[in-house]
Amino acid sequence: MCLSVPGKVISINNEVAEVSIGGAIVKASILLVDNLKVGDYVLVHTGYIIQIIDEEQATETLKIIQDMQND
Amino acid sequence: MRFIDEYRNKILIDTLLKNIRAISRKKIRLMEICGGHTYVIKRYGIDNLLPHNIRLISGPGCPVCVTGISFINNAVKLSENKNVIIATYGDLMRVPGTKKSLANARSEGANVQIVYSTLQAIELAEKYRDREIVFLGIGFETTAPATAAAIIKAQEKKLKNFTVYSAHKIMPPAMIALIDQGIAIDGFIAPGHVSTIGGAKMYNQIFKKYKVPIVISGFEPVDILQSIYMLVKQIEENNSEIEIQYKRAVTFDGNLKAQEYIYKVFEPSDDYWRGLGIIEKSGLSIYKDYFDFDATKKFNIVNENNVENVACRCGEVLKGLIYPYECPLFQKICNPENPIGACMVSSEGACQAYYLYGN
Repeated sequence: MCLSVPGKVISINNEVAEVSIGGAIVKASILLVDNLKVGDYVLVHTGYIIQIIDEEQATETLKIIQDMQND
Repeated sequence: MRFIDEYRNKILIDTLLKNIRAISRKKIRLMEICGGHTYVIKRYGIDNLLPHNIRLISGPGCPVCVTGISFINNAVKLSENKNVIIATYGDLMRVPGTKKSLANARSEGANVQIVYSTLQAIELAEKYRDREIVFLGIGFETTAPATAAAIIKAQEKKLKNFTVYSAHKIMPPAMIALIDQGIAIDGFIAPGHVSTIGGAKMYNQIFKKYKVPIVISGFEPVDILQSIYMLVKQIEENNSEIEIQYKRAVTFDGNLKAQEYIYKVFEPSDDYWRGLGIIEKSGLSIYKDYFDFDATKKFNIVNENNVENVACRCGEVLKGLIYPYECPLFQKICNPENPIGACMVSSEGACQAYYLYGN
């Protein structure tokens, strides 16, 4: 129940966004997030977008591990 | 898929394992609170890749597992009311009640519908105006905002036939209860999506009380190994902090809008957790302004005592006291096809994860 999957917002219409999750299109409510834009990567949980993924932080997390390799 | 594939990268996994091995000396027990984490740990065999001095134990973060049997019994009873349509997430269907599960009740003619989202429950209420739709609200901080949003939506739409039977719970009081009850935990792998909503700040209270290292983790193997590395580092350096590994989704403050929804509709109340008993202010009850949408009020639901199946050791599994294979029922008469206890029913239950992916 706490599984939440990342997908990309492809359209927003009133309170509902269409999100592409690995190519499958799901409809998700946008009620729980602010400032959502088409193209954002989001976490969808039980039919609601619960977070917009911070792409900069995602890259940073991976970089920390890549840097460990070089130590 | 983006934000998944890169976190399953073998080179990164090897790097993390090498670095964990390089710094890990102490014999430690780390608890992954979330059943979603347990599933990934077992599926990828992460526990077997770690040095022997690091033990991973599962925690109470499986909503279906911690929900008391009295809730199931009450839901079954409601489903047998001909005016009622029960709307529920699929996970609850096969959880055994004292006499039967919701799936059993449905096979006997009760109207129980599986929904993927609370909004589908609202649609049912609009479609069947002459029936009472009761949504079974279960889950932690992650699902509670969706239930709250549905209640607010029902109020906007002036729906008179929609109520929620809430077993929603919040996680930090249960983490405190675990340590209060004497469970030895050297560090918490904290739940990523619960924390997406609540933010790192939600652990301030437990941290203040017990100074236990906490790392909020994502759900891919790289995430979990990085979180373990961060915990090991803290412990080896005699340090303790609340850290966020899952920074792409979790901030210090969390999703404030979702929190607003939760605390508009719910208020913390004492609640029962399988294995842990009643924990103060660990549940979410519907706030008085929304009593019209509270199934316990509309149907006068009374909570019975939670008399669990004595042979099932789900309660001890949920506290990390035993591993699933230490239960005498495990794999013998209890399996995902015929679950005796809730920990075997849910895909987030430790017993099911151990059953599917081995000990």
